[in-house]
Formats: sequence, C-alpha cells, structure tokens
Amino acid sequence: MTIRSDRDHGQRYRPRMSCLKKLEATVLQMQDPSTGVKGTDQKLNITIIPHVITGQDIVAWITKNMNIDNDEAQAFGTMLVAFGYIYPLQDHKKLVLRPDGSLNRFQTPYFWPVQKWKAEDTDYGIYLAKRNIRKKGVLDAYEQEEYNKLHKWMNHKWDFIVMQAKEQYHAGKARQKADRVVFDCQERAYWIVHRPPVSGWQNAMDYGLDRHIDPNVEEIIYTQQAVMRSRVKSSVSLGALAKYITTFKNHDPFLIPCLPSNPWHTDDDSYWELNAVEIPTKMRVERWSFSFYELLNDPRGRADFKIFLKKEFSGENLAFWEAAEELKWGTAASMSEKAEQIFKTFLAPGAPRWINIDGRTMGLTVKGLEHPHRYVLDGAQTHIFMLMKKDTFYRYLKSPVYKEIQKKAISPAPHNFSNRRPSIDPIITWQKEQEEKAKAAAAAGPVDIKKLMASKLDRK
Amino acid sequence: MCDQTFLAITFGPCDNCSQNKPLMNIYLKNEPINYCSLCVELMACQGLAKGETIHTLKTESETLKAKLEEERAKLHDVELHQVAEKIEALGQFVMKTRRTLKGHGNKVLCMDWCRDKRRIVSSSQDGKVIVWDAYTTNKEHAVTMPCTWVMACAYAPSGCAVACGGLDNKCSVYPLSLDKNENLAAKKKSVAMHTNYLSSCSFTNSDMQILTSSGDGTCALWDVESGQLLQSFHGHSADVLSLNLAPSETGNTFVSGGCDKKANVWDMRSGQNVQSFETHESDINCVKYYPSGDAFATGSDDATCRLYDLRADREVAIYSKESIIFGASSVDFSLSGRLLFAGYNDYTINVWDVLKGTRVAILFGHENRVSSVRVSPDGTAFCSGSWDSTLRVSVRFRFSGESDLRNILYSMVLLFTGIRDYRW
Repeated sequence: MTIRSDRDHGQRYRPRMSCLKKLEATVLQMQDPSTGVKGTDQKLNITIIPHVITGQDIVAWITKNMNIDNDEAQAFGTMLVAFGYIYPLQDHKKLVLRPDGSLNRFQTPYFWPVQKWKAEDTDYGIYLAKRNIRKKGVLDAYEQEEYNKLHKWMNHKWDFIVMQAKEQYHAGKARQKADRVVFDCQERAYWIVHRPPVSGWQNAMDYGLDRHIDPNVEEIIYTQQAVMRSRVKSSVSLGALAKYITTFKNHDPFLIPCLPSNPWHTDDDSYWELNAVEIPTKMRVERWSFSFYELLNDPRGRADFKIFLKKEFSGENLAFWEAAEELKWGTAASMSEKAEQIFKTFLAPGAPRWINIDGRTMGLTVKGLEHPHRYVLDGAQTHIFMLMKKDTFYRYLKSPVYKEIQKKAISPAPHNFSNRRPSIDPIITWQKEQEEKAKAAAAAGPVDIKKLMASKLDRK
Repeated sequence: MCDQTFLAITFGPCDNCSQNKPLMNIYLKNEPINYCSLCVELMACQGLAKGETIHTLKTESETLKAKLEEERAKLHDVELHQVAEKIEALGQFVMKTRRTLKGHGNKVLCMDWCRDKRRIVSSSQDGKVIVWDAYTTNKEHAVTMPCTWVMACAYAPSGCAVACGGLDNKCSVYPLSLDKNENLAAKKKSVAMHTNYLSSCSFTNSDMQILTSSGDGTCALWDVESGQLLQSFHGHSADVLSLNLAPSETGNTFVSGGCDKKANVWDMRSGQNVQSFETHESDINCVKYYPSGDAFATGSDDATCRLYDLRADREVAIYSKESIIFGASSVDFSLSGRLLFAGYNDYTINVWDVLKGTRVAILFGHENRVSSVRVSPDGTAFCSGSWDSTLRVSVRFRFSGESDLRNILYSMVLLFTGIRDYRW
C-alpha cells in the first residue's frame, strides 16, 4: 500500500509544534512582570534598551520554577536561545545561554518560530539588502556570500526586493531611535536563528526529512481480531519483567561494576580477552543457568551443552535444531538443498540421526518438505526446542559436566591497569570459524569403511 | 458499484455532506443520488457501500477501538510501580564519556554495534558510512554512498559486512575486507528496493536476510544474496521510522513504529500484524525490545518514552518529565533491562529506571540533536550519535557503594609512586 500523499505543508513545525507550544507557555511565564525574570534597562551609547535580562537570572528562574538542577536549567535555557525565544545581545552569533552576567532579551512574539509563516529566502534577501543600504560593507562574510547567492537566484525578483528594502529602511528611519535599535536587534537575532552562520550544528530549525501521513485509513477487521486476542494478567507479565531484571541484575555493567574492570573505563580489555579463552568466568557460567536461550546463545555454553548431550547420546536433537535454524535464516538459493539434507539426516525413516517427534508433527513436516520453504521445519523445530528446554536443559544443570565447568570457572579480581590494544578483526574470526565448521562436518560424516580399510592396507 | 447512466451538473445541497456545492447526479444501484464531487471521489476511493459514509466507518472504528481498550483493561490488576515497590532503588548515577569519535563531516544519523562489542558502524547525512574500532578510536573502513541522508545502517552478525541506505530508497550491503586499499563500493550489493526513503534496517540472525522499514509505510524482509523480497508488511498509514527484531528464542517477530503514532508487532513468517498499540500523541521515532522479548519501549516526538507489555497487551509505563519537552529520537535498554537510555532532540540523553519510572541520570555534551543511542552487546557502555557529527561512548563512573576509601588509596599510591598512567 502506498500512502496517498497528503503532503503536510506544516512539516517544518508539525512534529515540533506541541513542543514549541510548551516552550511558548514557559516563555510567557518568564515574561510575567511580577513572577517572571527581572529585567533592567541597559544603556548602550546614548540609547537605553529596555528590559534586558542576565543569563544567570534566567538560569536561576528556570531552576526554581521548573524544579530542576542547574545543568539541566542551563540546557533548557540554551534551547530557548537556539529556537529564538531569547536572544543574546553580546556575541549574538553563538546561540547558547551563558549562565553569567551576559545580557539577553526576550524576542518579540512576531518573530517566534510557532508563527505559521516560513522564513522565506525573499525575506532574507530583503533583510540583507536593507542592511546593505543602511551602510555598505556591514555584512559579514557569510552574509555577503548568501547575498550574492540570492542575488543570482532571485535576479528576476531583485527590483522588487530592493524596493521593499528601501521602503522598510525609510519606515525604520521614521521610528524613534530606541525603538529602531531594539527592532534591529530583534530582526538580526531572528535571522541568526533561521539562517545560522555556521551551517551544520547550531541550527535548531533543521528538522530532518519531511514525513508523510495518510489520515484516511480504517482498520476495522484488524481491531475485531485484536479484541478476540488472549491476554495475560498484568500482575503476571509485569512480575515476569521484574523477575528478569532481578535475575540479570548482577550481570549488568551499568548496575554492578564488571570484573576485572570495564574496558571502556580503565582501557584494559581483559574483560573481553577472558571471555575468549577456554576457561570461562564464573559470571558467564552462571548466566547459562538463567534460561535455555542464554545457554544456546553463548557459543561456549552451547559447546558445553553438546558435550553433555554426547554423553547422553541425544546429540541429534540439538543438531536438528541447529540445522533448522540454518534453513530458516539461510540464503534462499540453498533452501531446497538444505531441506533435503535435513530430511535425509534427521527425518527419513532409518535416518542416521533420527529425531523422536510425535507422529502428527512428523507427518506434517514430511508433507511440507515436498515443497520446501523457509519455515517448513517450524513445527518440528519448536517441538524439539521445547523438549530440550523443559527436560534436557534441567538435567544438564544438574549434570557433572556443568558442575565441573562451574568449578573450573575463574573469578577475576578487579584491577585498573591500562591496556588499550587493537583486537583481531571479526572477519578473521569468522573465516577461522568457517574453516573449523568445515573440518567438523567432514569429521562427523559417516565413516567410509572401504576407504579406511584401503588406507590401512596401503600403509602395510 | 456506481451505475452512471448519465451525468448532469446541478448546484445545491449534497445528499451526503449537506454543503452547497456543484452536484453530480449519479445513479447508485438504480437510485438517483446527488453527491458533491468530493463525496463521490471519497466514496469511490473508500469503497463505501450506500448508506456508509466516512463518518459511519469512523464511528464503527471508534467503537471497536473502545471495546479493545475495555478488553485490555479487564486483566489489568496491578501497575508497574506497584510491582517495583519491592525492588530496591538505584543509587546515584554518574556517567562519563570515555571516547569521542570524530570524523564525520556532517550529522550522524545512525549507528550500530558489532557483535565483537567494540566495533561500530555509523552513517551520516553527507553519505559517508564509517566503521570504527571504538575502543582504539581508529577508523577501519569508510564508504561513500551515492546518496545523502543515510538514515539506516547495520552491522552483520558475523562482523563481515555492513548494510546501509537512505534517500536512495535502497538498502545496500557492503562486504568488509581486510585489505585496506580495496574499494568497498565495488563489491556493493543492492538488496532492498522501496518507493520512498529507507528509515531503518537490521540483519536477522544471519548475514543472509535483512529487514527494512521505509518512508513508503511498509516493512520488508529480503534475501541478501538474490535481492529477492521474501515478505512484506503492510499496515502502517504513514512513514515507518524504526524497527527492532525480537530477541526471543523463537525469533519470529519484530516491532515497528511510525508517524501514524502506532507501534505494530509483526509475524515474520506470515506478514501479519499481530498486535498494535496506539497511545502516543505524536510520531514514534524509535522502538526497542526489552531484553526478554516480552515488552518493548518506544521514543516519540511527544517527549515521552513508553513501555508496552506484549503479554498483557497494553502500555504499562510512561517515562516523561515536565522539563523534557522535546521529542525522544532513540531508545535502548541496558543488559538487564533495568535502565532505559533515551536520546532527545534537546541535545541531552536521559537515563530512566524502567521499573520505578524515574529518571536516574541526564547527560549533556552533545551540541545538537542526539539521533541514535545504542548499548553495546555486552552492556558495558552505550554509544550516542548526534547531529553535531560526533559519536560518544559513555560508561557509568564511580558506582555508589564503591568505597571512596579505594579511591583515596589509589590517589595516595599515585602521590607516593608518581605513576601517571592511572586512568579514572
């Protein structure tokens, strides 16, 4: 289904509009004459700029009224400056809030970003032209560049732009000096926000890509099905979530410091090296006991489980599960070949590694294999998995194999020595693994008696 | 459906919307009706039968949705924070940035960890995709994509390839090579083809399948080697911005979130939408499964992150604060699931206590929006990518309960022996 493109022309503010409305509410509070931020009049040459506020007052007000600490208040204040609600008077190009005595002013609502009109290039052109008229050479380097660009692109409109600039300039001259200075500051701040000097980071107006929505879709059938769905009581499922957290609490490096040390913290990668060798750590071995999934997920754990299964002569279950996984996640081209291989090895009557599943599942699987697809073994795989999970896994945890590895496992002591080493590239590790797999497959295949006897005879 | 024997244009009140407009006199099942052109078109597109209007369908949909909420509420017997009462609170959190990866020339849009726990792939607005060894901060590979806004990148489970895509509407897989001089772009494989930008991609349990989500409102499962579409997932009514595969043993489902404020859970085998949640007030930017696979968290433009329980089939927690008013762009869980890291558009990263619903830490440092936050595969650190073109790897610093005595001892050792190579 392609979306009928109801292009949202309010893109520049749609996802942000609610956020900006909240910001606006806070700014209004800040401007309250009695409970807002206290402002003073500042003298600039001969004119007096009214209602100037200092950075530290703003931060203090935010800290008190929003109940947050200083750092967060400063970050919030920076957002206000970045979106153009407050503008700094000194060093006006850097849009951050400085928590010191530096001077700022509130931007007039006319220039707020929640207004529905977009900051058009035409307007920017008029603004730059106006400044050029007032005093030649007053434009910054980046502004000059933009001016030249706009002059080229909007050449057909240029007369209109210059005319508008002249009109605005004359209208401005008619105002009082103080008002003019204030308006100039406001307009300059507005354009710093919407056309920032350094392209890239400090442009809060940048919102990314346009997003499309299609408001007319109804999903009645789906909702009907959803109503019928079976659910679990909240206490049960939430209890399970809490239990998971408690089980893994000691294994979370953000909750309990990991031993010997967090590699990122101390620049010592023993934590990773220790887990790559023969003898695993105690924590790792403990993790295998949490769930069957954890055991299988860890290659070392899986290998240990295989040793146990070999002793029990039930290795075919895990082998079948692994083969089914390979089929599910494998490349489409090898599908039918793999399916056939699995059938010959595990499912055919009299197969060398025949798995024991109930008749119905077996029947369905064999039937499905006539037209093999990716998920044809799903039923059988789930059955075998459940069998291993509910029975074999618990026997494994009680077995001497597991107990032995628990004894052998080491518990590294914490230390803080630095050792920032490069590691083996995963590509090399992968290649080695593939080689080993191929060797194991060759070794595990049925032994050809004739060849074996022939080689023995040869040696004689 | 509509039997137009003749067409006449008159003016008057429409039979459907009652507005005075130019009417089209059409015959529907041999009955004459006068609809305005808008209503005729809507009727044709919506497949409405006579008597049905947009309004009736909408009301039916609303009633059903209300019924669904009722059913969901029936089994809701306890709140998450009540369950969390017995669990002890977290101590004080101090986070520290330990690595800053600089090298992108433009906004970093996405990043992913390699399973070896130290390598990272990141993509940016100018089309560059870089593979770093974050531990040593070396750049290992770099590819320049032929498009800008590479919003999706993913590391293959084997560590031998990366997938990325963006405004080119495609997802391409680049096999990585040990030869530093080799041009990676030469071996590129184009896998996915959508009709709008690619917003997110992820390998499944192997290198051979990729799951993608796109601005055309669909998700799709592809076979890497042949580029064949294996399954497509339709159900979102707006751009799909993010997806995440379930970590459970059966590994057959994934969740996606989109601009239609919905988070949908899909079955990969059948392509069916299994569950759907619509409680957010604005676009969902990111979805992430809880480590056990029984729940997932979302980050949205309405400045909240929410936790949805799949078995109870409802939203169970909202993570929000009055002082946080900008959208959350990216979320991820810590290893145990106790912490939720969320990157926001106001340049900060907030860390939430999943059970208690409180915020435990806030990180500053980025100079523009945080676009992507991911915890490393072994949970030792998390990496945040931002529009200020840097990536930062941060850890928890100085655990409370870790005695200050140890710190004092070490400082004394430093003082007496003059060892300078001690790192905090």
